[in-house]
Amino acid sequence: MKLSIFAAIVLTAATAFAEPESDSEVNARKAALDLAGAFTNEGFKMRDGHWSGTIKPKEHALIAVNLYAGNQYWFSVGATEPAKKIAVSLYDETGKLMQTESYSENEKAAAGFSPTSSGQYYVMVDLVEGDASSVCLIYSYK
Amino acid sequence: MGHDGACPSKRLLAGNLARDAYAWRFMKPARRFGAIAFLLSCCVLIGAEPARLPAEQMAKAIRLDAISIPTPGELFAALEKPGKPNWVGQMRGPIGTSYKNRAQIALNLGGLIADGFIAVEAKDSQQVKNIGTDIIKLAKALGVSENVLSRGNSINEFAENNEWDALQEELEATQNEVKSSMQTHRDQDLVILVSVGGWIRGTQAVSSAVMQNYDERAAKVLRQPALVNFIQTKLNEVSPEVKDEPLVKDVTDELPNVEKLVNFPPGKAPTADEVKKVNEAVGKIMTRIQAKDDNK
Repeated sequence: MKLSIFAAIVLTAATAFAEPESDSEVNARKAALDLAGAFTNEGFKMRDGHWSGTIKPKEHALIAVNLYAGNQYWFSVGATEPAKKIAVSLYDETGKLMQTESYSENEKAAAGFSPTSSGQYYVMVDLVEGDASSVCLIYSYK
Repeated sequence: MGHDGACPSKRLLAGNLARDAYAWRFMKPARRFGAIAFLLSCCVLIGAEPARLPAEQMAKAIRLDAISIPTPGELFAALEKPGKPNWVGQMRGPIGTSYKNRAQIALNLGGLIADGFIAVEAKDSQQVKNIGTDIIKLAKALGVSENVLSRGNSINEFAENNEWDALQEELEATQNEVKSSMQTHRDQDLVILVSVGGWIRGTQAVSSAVMQNYDERAAKVLRQPALVNFIQTKLNEVSPEVKDEPLVKDVTDELPNVEKLVNFPPGKAPTADEVKKVNEAVGKIMTRIQAKDDNK
């Protein structure tokens, strides 16, 4: 299992899309991978794709994902200093806030969700405390 | 604010409360009951309905090929929840690997990667190796990087050792590496075609499996109207040269119909007949993608 986490980290790092990433973005991705790695121990498979960006205080990023009923998902977000606290929440296609399992520790946060309806959902990443920083979202499923 | 008795708004509030208490004392019991019921229902509504995301905010959400389009592995994982489907029955015979048209190669490459996921689910190591070889042949035809080609060896190695989880990761990584290489080689337009081919082939296999052994929970995975809409948006953004190719045009023309067919009400499973219609629609597109007449 450790090998698979390592492989995922290496593969994800090797398959960077678009422009080259800054150190801050790489560190944010590392933080997200660290967190998502914990869920692989429970049988969750990590998606190779990710979203990286920058969020400012009191701002958020909203990312559309398409989920399948029957699967379980964890959305893991990592950030870097000067972010102090981030939060992840999930909304359905009508914009309704979904009840999720939550994990939050400083610049890492995750939300766990099992949809009963397949379709589009929105992952919201909030910078609750701290200054503008790079963030990265990765998700896992089983 | 915050000062005892001195705040005018607090004094006003105290006066209003006294007047309201007086009115309440002389209110008829039926009216009193009605007022309580109204207040309670307001509280329930307020408590149950937190603010929703506005439609314009959802419309502006970030949508990326890398995270907004699920892998065939995710789709197949959901399908397996109610019970193991007949994966062997969903495998198809070998497809041609001598296409000349780059768009057709990209579409078939996506389909082949989905085939790889099916073979992994069926735990058929020989089939995985055959598909791995075909993936590399098509990738070579597109002139992708050496990194992708080395993935073929890894696929073979994992298949030899029956490392199914590692194979799933390798297939997704191969797909991403192909897309990454396309972007480097300024073949950005082909990236979405790989995803489209994968999604169509995955949906064909899933709808076929559901048709063979109908189960409402399994059928629910077919609901993905927003995903088909996103694919159409991406296809509309490709260059006119790619968009005007007959095959791409045919696929694009069929997608609005597929979007309608997979637009079931949230939480409701499609009927067996509705699943059959989805299967026929994506099957028609897949036949077109596989056809050997786009040698442009």
